[in-house]
Amino acid sequence: MNGAQYIVKFLENKGVDVVFGYPGGAVIPFYDVLGRSSLRHILTRHEQGAVHAADGYARATGKPGVCIATSGPGATNLVTGIANAYLDSVPLLAITGQVGLDSIGRDAFQEADIMGITMPVTKHSYLVKDMKHLPPVLEEAWNVATTGRKGPVLIDIPKDIFMGSVDLTKAYPGITTRKGNHKNGLENQLPKIMACLTEAKKPLILAGGGVIASQAWEQLLQLVRYTNLPVVTTFMGKGALPENHPACLGIVGMHGLPAANLALSECDVLLAIGTRFSDRVTGKPRNFIPHAQIIHVDIDPAELCKNIRTDIPVVCDGQKFLVHLLKALKEANICFQIEDWWSEIKNWQKKYPMKYEKCPNLKPQHVVEEVANQAGDKVIVVTDVGQHQWFTAQYYPVGGKRSFISSGGLGTMGFGLPAAIGASLGRPGEMVVLFTGDGSFQMNIQELATLAQLQLPVKIFILNNACLGMVRQWQELFFDRHYAHSLFNYNPDFVRLAEVYGIKALKITDPKEVTGVVAQALRTSGPVIVECMVESGENVFPMVPPGGRPNEMLGRWQDEAHISRIS
Amino acid sequence: MRHTLAVLVENHPGVLSRVAGLFARRGYNIESLVVGETEDKTVSRITLVVEGDEKVIEQVSKQLNKQVDVIKVNDITNEETVERQLLLLKVAADPPVRQEIMQIVEIFRCRIVDIGRRSLIIEATGDEEKIQAIIKSLQPFGIQELVRTGKVAMVRGQK
Ligand SMILES: Cc1ncc(C[n+]2csc(CCOP(=O)(O)OP(=O)(O)O)c2C)c(N)n1
Ligand SMILES: [Mg+2]
Repeated sequence: MNGAQYIVKFLENKGVDVVFGYPGGAVIPFYDVLGRSSLRHILTRHEQGAVHAADGYARATGKPGVCIATSGPGATNLVTGIANAYLDSVPLLAITGQVGLDSIGRDAFQEADIMGITMPVTKHSYLVKDMKHLPPVLEEAWNVATTGRKGPVLIDIPKDIFMGSVDLTKAYPGITTRKGNHKNGLENQLPKIMACLTEAKKPLILAGGGVIASQAWEQLLQLVRYTNLPVVTTFMGKGALPENHPACLGIVGMHGLPAANLALSECDVLLAIGTRFSDRVTGKPRNFIPHAQIIHVDIDPAELCKNIRTDIPVVCDGQKFLVHLLKALKEANICFQIEDWWSEIKNWQKKYPMKYEKCPNLKPQHVVEEVANQAGDKVIVVTDVGQHQWFTAQYYPVGGKRSFISSGGLGTMGFGLPAAIGASLGRPGEMVVLFTGDGSFQMNIQELATLAQLQLPVKIFILNNACLGMVRQWQELFFDRHYAHSLFNYNPDFVRLAEVYGIKALKITDPKEVTGVVAQALRTSGPVIVECMVESGENVFPMVPPGGRPNEMLGRWQDEAHISRIS
Repeated sequence: MRHTLAVLVENHPGVLSRVAGLFARRGYNIESLVVGETEDKTVSRITLVVEGDEKVIEQVSKQLNKQVDVIKVNDITNEETVERQLLLLKVAADPPVRQEIMQIVEIFRCRIVDIGRRSLIIEATGDEEKIQAIIKSLQPFGIQELVRTGKVAMVRGQK
């Protein structure tokens, strides 16, 4: 059996059904085997498309995404996607071809030190220089990507390793980790947590992406049912609790919902699960809810006390934590008397609802809201990066589980389309709704060919504001309305473009058309593109200015929707 | 404050680059770094001297621990340890001062490892304090070249 055959067999044994990639010189031997195997390979139109698709697949399924690229430019085209997966802790296996062993280090044709390049953005990486290392490296790489805090792992494989033969008579021992246990484990901290929670007058749960990564949505729901504790989520935690659940106050942070941010700034005990307290949530770490006790649960010990002070740090998997906490609360017969806290929260919700004006121009929020009304919470919602991403986060209440897919940590424009393709392949039979911008969409637009070929049920809404809206917003608010290079003087006609690719396309220009066209799009089978000509000057509000406290929100959202225009 | 970390790592290619990269990336300051094999050939030991307060050192340790190839991180700053650095120093040594230099070498129990016509190379091992003292005593004669390793350290056995 040669190296290529061994890798394909390995992937099959791990239950991989789809891989994403793009061939080239160094990986032809691998593709030769792959092409004859039972693995389904999706040929994207760019390696960045392959890695984002693998990422979207992983986020939608919880299984690691696998992508393949050739040496040199193929491998370097993966870098953005690997970094994207790294910052959002997405399990990913990137297999790159490398020049032959004898050529390494000689600046050979299409040689790039991809292991060196990706070292800061992978959980771990390998260059396989010896046939006998191939089996244990594959096993360990899989393990590293899928356990603990998940993340991308890269395996760089020289051409001759694909073609060399693997000695199957030898046993390749599994890896034994030599690391010890951590002192802030759940067992030690649980009594302190119980004491802290029982004293709380205004307790609040902050659910991060870790709740979703540990598939703890059912456990979170049970805890909420039993305790009636209010829940806010981070952007990455959106959907950890179905957002139509009365206990879910929505997302917090820079563009969080007013009631959620106010609850965050007023709580006296914060139970944070699976979040890294990014600056988009905390503002200046020193000013972040100084009066509250913070219980911080994370599977990665390095996240505890990294960005903010923590009163009770707990190293634990989110799901395991929730199971044990609920059990302990039930055994101790603890109920929370928090009616006053809840009425305070309900008061904020009434006083500060999210709103915008529906006319006279077409508003991006209007489109999002109408799609949410019609498609509901049974679909997978994917976004690109920019204002449209936040309008979606604010105005689309998603169902639980893995229903919201977006580039949070890296904020990668161009993530949306390939990620939507990957998500759709991972969850066949489910509808995927993608909200993208005229800027982001053009960053991986070549994947329309992949989509057209696969005929996946991906409904694409381009919120076309003829600008890089998020940049334009910052320029309006913080740079004296100097709109340097953020307005598109030229955009293609996206409807005709879609048609050239063989994808059905619709257009909305008037608010009155929204209901009808959205319905038509959702009824259409297979892929469809809806170009929505939305107001250019719309801003995402509320907005906590960078470095601000959660309760310092910009925008006259209290009384009326803030409307600003390009002057 | 200055901390000494003893880091056990898998003896894999690229480990040093990972550790050094981690420090650069996260903005930690390394004062010195020494790496070498241990009694177990599959394990190397990196001795790091890092400047930072408790919070920084805690982050450094945690980030190191996260690396797949890192087996164990020990902060031995407050332990009873034996510490050594190695110093090679070329000092100007014309005949009139040669005797005086040799006396200093004697007092500090270092060694002369090369004799040139107008210079001497001196080899010394010791902790930071001793190394500093030697350098200071030889400065007046004119130091022509100086090279030193970072610090290695070992926790003392139980008494
Ligand atoms: C690859 C990349 N380049 C640049 C940026 C900076 N950036 C953030 S949002 C944004 C504008 C996005 O424009 P568009 O996709 O049209 O979305 P809109 O904000 O208009 O809704 C830009 C340029 C980024 N996030 N990613
Ligand atoms: Mg735009």
